[in-house]
Amino acid sequence: MTAILRDGAIAADDWLVIEDDRTEAASAGGKVIVTLARWRAERQELLAAHSAVGVLVPNTADIEAVYPEIADRALIALQFPTFTDGRALSQAVVLRKRLRYRGELRAVGDIIRDLVFWLGRCGFDSIVPRKDQNLEGCRAALDEITVAYQAAADEHTPVWVRRRGVVAAAR
Amino acid sequence: MYRYDETDRALVTQRVEQFRDQTRRYLAGEISEDEFRHLRLRNGLYQQRFAPMLRISVPYGLLESAQLRRMAHVVRKYDKGYGHFTTRQNIQLNWPKLEQVPDLLAELAEVQLHGIQACGNDTRNITSDYLAGVAADEHTDPRPYAELLRQYVTLHPEFYWLPRKFKFGFTGATVDRAATRTNDVAVHLVRRADGAIGYRFFVGGGLGRLPMLGQEMNPFVPEADLLSYACAVLRTFNRFGRRDNIHKARIKIVLREWGIERFRAAIEEEFAKIKASVEGEELLLAPEDIERMRGHFTSPAYEPAAQAGADVAGIAARDAGFAAWVKRNVRAHKVPGYRVVFVSLKAPDHVPGDCTAEQFEALADISDTHSFGELRSTYDQNLVLADVAERDLHTVWRKLDAVRLATPNIGLVTDIVACPGLDFCSLANAGSIGVAQDIYRRFDTLDAQYEIGAIRVTISGCMNGCGHHSVGHIGILGVDKHGEEWYQVTLGGAPGNDAAIGERIGRALARDEIAEGVERLIHTYLGLRVDEDETFVECYRRVGMAPFKARLYLNEPEAEAA
Repeated sequence: MTAILRDGAIAADDWLVIEDDRTEAASAGGKVIVTLARWRAERQELLAAHSAVGVLVPNTADIEAVYPEIADRALIALQFPTFTDGRALSQAVVLRKRLRYRGELRAVGDIIRDLVFWLGRCGFDSIVPRKDQNLEGCRAALDEITVAYQAAADEHTPVWVRRRGVVAAAR
Repeated sequence: MYRYDETDRALVTQRVEQFRDQTRRYLAGEISEDEFRHLRLRNGLYQQRFAPMLRISVPYGLLESAQLRRMAHVVRKYDKGYGHFTTRQNIQLNWPKLEQVPDLLAELAEVQLHGIQACGNDTRNITSDYLAGVAADEHTDPRPYAELLRQYVTLHPEFYWLPRKFKFGFTGATVDRAATRTNDVAVHLVRRADGAIGYRFFVGGGLGRLPMLGQEMNPFVPEADLLSYACAVLRTFNRFGRRDNIHKARIKIVLREWGIERFRAAIEEEFAKIKASVEGEELLLAPEDIERMRGHFTSPAYEPAAQAGADVAGIAARDAGFAAWVKRNVRAHKVPGYRVVFVSLKAPDHVPGDCTAEQFEALADISDTHSFGELRSTYDQNLVLADVAERDLHTVWRKLDAVRLATPNIGLVTDIVACPGLDFCSLANAGSIGVAQDIYRRFDTLDAQYEIGAIRVTISGCMNGCGHHSVGHIGILGVDKHGEEWYQVTLGGAPGNDAAIGERIGRALARDEIAEGVERLIHTYLGLRVDEDETFVECYRRVGMAPFKARLYLNEPEAEAA
C-alpha cells in the first residue's frame, strides 16, 4: 500500500485506483476508485464487486451537476493534471461548503509539496503526493502558514469577522 | 494608512519563512526550475535578463515615510541604489541576488511591505485613485474597500492557481485616475440617490495582447456584497478561464468567446448561489467592518486655512521657476489652504519611474515634515505628496528640486510612461528607455512642452504592455523584426473616463525614426487644433487618423494609398 496524507497525518492507503482500460478482478472485495465515466456505466456491477467505490471527477466537470450521482460516495477524488491548474480547488470548496459533502475528499495528480498547503485549506483531507515528493515535507507543509485572512473550506474565521468588536488601531 | 495588526504581521512573517524554505530547497536541488518559478513569482520574484527582478506591492499606491526609508536601505544593501515605480503603483528592484531575497523580504515585512502575489497567475496588487481622500471630485474614499478586498484575496487558497494574472482597480471619484477599465475587474464606488453605497463592476479589461476595456457587469452591487461578488467573478474565471494557451488565458478572452450576456449570466448565477449559502454569510460585510476599515483612512489633522494658506500666486509672480512648477505639478486640494504636489520621476536623462536611495530618503523627510508622513505612487510612474500646506509649497519645491524631483512636466509630453524594456526585461522585444529619452530630448524646452499641452506618450517594449501603450494618446510598442528593434505606433488611446484602445497608424518605425515620428505627429496636431484648449487626443478624435498618417509617412506611397 502506498502512503498518503490523510487528516493531516501520513497514513497507509487502502484504496485501489482502477484505470478505465482495466478490469480489476484482483481487487474484488476491496475499496476502489473509478472514473466518473466508469461509475456511470457500471454502477451496479461495481457496487456488487467491491466493498466501497470512490469516484474520480475530472476538473472540467460541473461539480454541482455531477453531485447527485456521487453524493453518497465515501470518497471523491479530484484531479490536478499539473500543480498550477487550480480548477479542482474551486470544485473542492463548492463540494465542502455549498454541497456539504462530508466524505473523504482526495487530491490526485501532479501534487507537489508546495501545493499541499492550499489543498488543505480548500477542504482536501486526503492528499496523494507525486511519487518523488518527500512525504514528511508534504505533511509539514499543511501548517506552513497558521493565520489566514479568509475562510476557505477550513477552520479559519474570516479576519473581518474576528475583528468585530475590536477597537481599530489609532492612526 | 492601513496599520497591520497581529494577523497581518504573522501572515507576512510566516510567508517570508515559507519562501525562505522554498529558496533553500531550490538551491539544494530539491525543487525543479519550473516548479520554483511558480513559487518565486508568487513572492514577486521575476527572472529578468541579467538578474532577478523583485516586485514589491504598494497597495493602492500608498506609502509612508518609514517605508521610504526602508526602501532607501534595501536598494543600497541588496541592489544598485535605486528602485523603479511601475504603472501598477508598485516598486521594482532590478538587481537583487536570489539567495538574499528572503532576507530582503524579511526587512520589508517589518514595515508592512511584501512581494506576495506581485507576479504569477493570481490576484495582483490592487490599484486605486492616487488622489483618494483629497480629491474634490471624490464622493467615496475607495481605499477602505480596496483594503478589505486586498485582505480577502491575499493568499486565498482557492484563487492561488488561476489561469492567468488577475487585476483589480478601484475608484470612488468622478474622474478615473486609476485606468480602472484596463483591469480584469474595475470597481467603481457609487452612491445612489437614496444615499446607499454600492459598486459598479466592470469585468474583462486587460492590456497586453488583444487589449480590451472592462465591460459593465453589474451597475449596483450592494456595499455589503463586495467580497461575494469578487468571489463569484474569481470562481467563474478559475473554472472557465482557458488553460490551454497562455495568450488566451485572461478573463477578457472568456468574455470575448462567450459574449457579454452569457458571461454576465454565469457570474450572476454564481453570485446568487454564494449569497444563498454559508459562504454568503461569511463574505457579507457588516457596516461595522467597513466603518472599522474607514478608521484606517481618516483625514490628517489639517490646520485652518488661515494658518496653512499662503499667497501662492504672489510668490510665483516673483519666482519663475517656482511658478512653472506650481502651474504643472501642483493641483487643488479639497481642503482650503492645502495643495496636492506631484513629484516628477521624469527628469531629463532619467529613466522614467526610477527613484534613487537619496531620493527615497529625501521623500521620507519631505513627507514627514510637509505631508503628514505619507506619499502616493501614481499610475503614471510619478509620486504625490497629497497634503501640503500652501505655506510650505516654496520650501517643498526647493527640497524636491535639490534632488531632481521637481521637473515641471506632469501630464506633458516628457511625462513619458515606459516599461523597463529590453535594457532589463527578458520578455521585451525592444528598448523603451532609450526611446523615451530620445523623445524627451526633442521636446526638452518647457516652452515647447507647454505649447503642446496635455498629452500621454506611453511606451512598452513588448506586447505584454507594461508601459500601457494601448491606452496612450501616442502609444509606442516595441517589436522585434529579424533581430532589429522596430516600433508600432497607435493613436487615440486613453485610460480614464474617455478610455479607449489606440488605433494602429501604419507600418512600424525603425529605432532611428521613432522620435522623429512622434515629433511629426505632434506638429500635425499643432497645425490642426482648433485652439490651445483642444488637446492632442481631442484633436485626433475630431479629425481622425488620415492627416496624422499622411504627415508621419510623408513621401511614402503607402500613406498616399491609405
